Amino acid sequence: MSIVVKNGRVIDPASETSAKLDVLIEGDRIGRIAENLQGEETIDATGCVVCPGFVDIHVHFREPGFESKENIATGSRAAAHGGFTSVVTMPNTNPPIDNGGMVELHNRSARETACIKVWPAAAATKGREGAEMTEMADLKSAGAVAITDDGSDIPSSWVMRRVLEYANMVGLTYLSHAEDHTLMEDGAMNEGFNSTRLGLPGMPKAMEEIAIDRVIRLAELAGARVHICHVSSEGGVDIVRRAKGRGLPVTCETAPHYWTLTDDAIERFGPNAKMNPPLREFGDVQAIKAGLADGTIDCIATDHAPHTVTEKNVEFQLAPFGIIGLETSLALGIMGLVKQGVVTLERLVDLMTRRPARILGLPAGELREGGPADIAVFDPAAEWTVEPDAFASKGRNTPFAGMHLRGLVKTTICDGVIVYQA
Amino acid sequence: MTAAAEQSRVWTRKDLIGLEPLAREDIEMILDTAPQLLAVSQRESGIKKVPLLQGRLVVNWFYEPSTRTRTSFELAAKRLSADTLTMNVSTSSAKKGETLHDTLFNIEAMHSDIVVIRHGCAGAARLLAENHPSSIINAGDGAHEHPTQALLDAFTMREHIRRSRQDPNATLDGVRVALIGDIAHSRVARSNIWGLKKLGASVVVCGPSTLLPPHIEKLGCDATTKLKEAIDGADVVYSLRIQLERQQKCLFPTMREYVRLFRIDNESLKAAPPHAIVMHPGPINRDLELSSEVADGPRNVILEQVTNGVAVRMAVMHLLINRPAFDTA
Repeated sequence: MSIVVKNGRVIDPASETSAKLDVLIEGDRIGRIAENLQGEETIDATGCVVCPGFVDIHVHFREPGFESKENIATGSRAAAHGGFTSVVTMPNTNPPIDNGGMVELHNRSARETACIKVWPAAAATKGREGAEMTEMADLKSAGAVAITDDGSDIPSSWVMRRVLEYANMVGLTYLSHAEDHTLMEDGAMNEGFNSTRLGLPGMPKAMEEIAIDRVIRLAELAGARVHICHVSSEGGVDIVRRAKGRGLPVTCETAPHYWTLTDDAIERFGPNAKMNPPLREFGDVQAIKAGLADGTIDCIATDHAPHTVTEKNVEFQLAPFGIIGLETSLALGIMGLVKQGVVTLERLVDLMTRRPARILGLPAGELREGGPADIAVFDPAAEWTVEPDAFASKGRNTPFAGMHLRGLVKTTICDGVIVYQA
Repeated sequence: MTAAAEQSRVWTRKDLIGLEPLAREDIEMILDTAPQLLAVSQRESGIKKVPLLQGRLVVNWFYEPSTRTRTSFELAAKRLSADTLTMNVSTSSAKKGETLHDTLFNIEAMHSDIVVIRHGCAGAARLLAENHPSSIINAGDGAHEHPTQALLDAFTMREHIRRSRQDPNATLDGVRVALIGDIAHSRVARSNIWGLKKLGASVVVCGPSTLLPPHIEKLGCDATTKLKEAIDGADVVYSLRIQLERQQKCLFPTMREYVRLFRIDNESLKAAPPHAIVMHPGPINRDLELSSEVADGPRNVILEQVTNGVAVRMAVMHLLINRPAFDTA
């Protein structure tokens, strides 16, 4: 069985390809990338971009424990709708994924129910409690691709240092949810003029800046790599930039909402604009874009965080943190980054494919003859309107509802199988 | 008044969520409607009731303990001849129980006309107003707004100025108001800033640096940590209630030192002009934020605020249901 994706513009950052080419898929592999290829089946990609399936190293699929929000089956379908073929799930499940058995359980469900590749990140400390480190060698052999206590950071610098040292030995990267929670009290949104005006308890940017600075210094002490999750603030970008300038092995990601919205959105969208870290201010949006443009920010991750409508439809302060993002990520990148001249389309693809894959060493994010046939086909000019009820995710919690966007995924292929077709 | 002007004085809003979204005309419509309703409570006949809301149901729905505001709303509704129902809910039990929306669906199933809500979460009143047909009156939502308090405060200030200047048409234009205390956690402060600015007054907020929220001056007021500076030239010195819990949250060292720096007493009032009045939303912490000599002294209008509160709340409920304003101008 062979499929040829014809007449599209192939963008593959790994091989620095950006040209009109056909891609021949043979079985679960890419057979050839060249002009005028033929196959048993043809996908017409005229006017479309053909690129590696997107890679998102920060999603919440809520399994086990919170399946009413999402599960691996629905989350993976949402990912496929968004053009993703590889995602990394966060371990803040119930029970948390903090031992080898839990990793295996997760991976069994992924094998049986997911339509794309779902890799687990495991907890860095037992129960995500920040006290005792997990059996990281075991986690790694069971298939974990990173460690993190995402949702919070490790409060104790002692524990964090030892986790970084040990993870480095095992060969797992620590993903830091960098926030100093001692600097807030019932925080619900960014601390600034809007929090003062709305009377909502604030989360100052210093929460993020202090935590990023701390984890980078501890990683330096430990001689370890570290990856900073969902950077949202100007100061955060700046600290990472300076660390990179010193040659430290630090990487970081940001999410589409941080370059698309400011905390002005809270008044209109309420809890659907509530996430952690929170939406910031205009200067931060500009700094996030600058960080993406100059390479300080290494990749885009969605922090896809589904909650039920009931959970979100409450008083702002009582609503859980998090928004979904898999099905809007590409279009928000095209709208907010490419159309505005922040990055080229090629670079956007790079930020969503090769770069995130490289951070965690995932076998993904490139189009290589003989490599896995993980492919996204999207029309960068197609317009559409965000309708949450049309999402494949169980989540409806998005601040982008009703927004007119450009950039629509047409086909997603994972291991040679068409897992989504518009 | 011309027919056109008469027509413009019709209330058009479903709810009263805050003073931020109101225009000066909206606020003045409420203030101008209040005197006739104040007169109801002061009738020589002793029959303190009018049938403006007869047959209507007003539900007072309080998630936070409140005596003053709740009784004021209850009395206002009763003096308008409405049926009233009071629900006191503790926030902790509400967390486990039904959602805010579901509770209101139940209230509305009993055909409520006005729902007065007090809630610890900022934005709660607006969340309900946007999703339900009832007229919602915000009786305080977190640190966001407490519009009827600021309306009764503005009414009290205006009455006082009209009396002292012997000018029945005097406005708050050019009046200087100093708000003293915990600004960060105060919905009373925020509503007062919005309302007073719209009415042409100028506002200075004053409190410990730890209790001044970021960018408060962007609301259009001045901010200072020096009490003397705030009081200097103020026509109104407005003291806010200081809560002891704030000390445990490391927001000031001791009540003793708070008193030393921020108490309104005869000594600190020396900086104020002789005609300045002293206000407080109640309940007062006697001798903490306000000395007894001032609380009982000739400058204080605190009990007038309470009396006016009923009239202003009557005016709000009347306008929300019956729409046309009384013309007392």
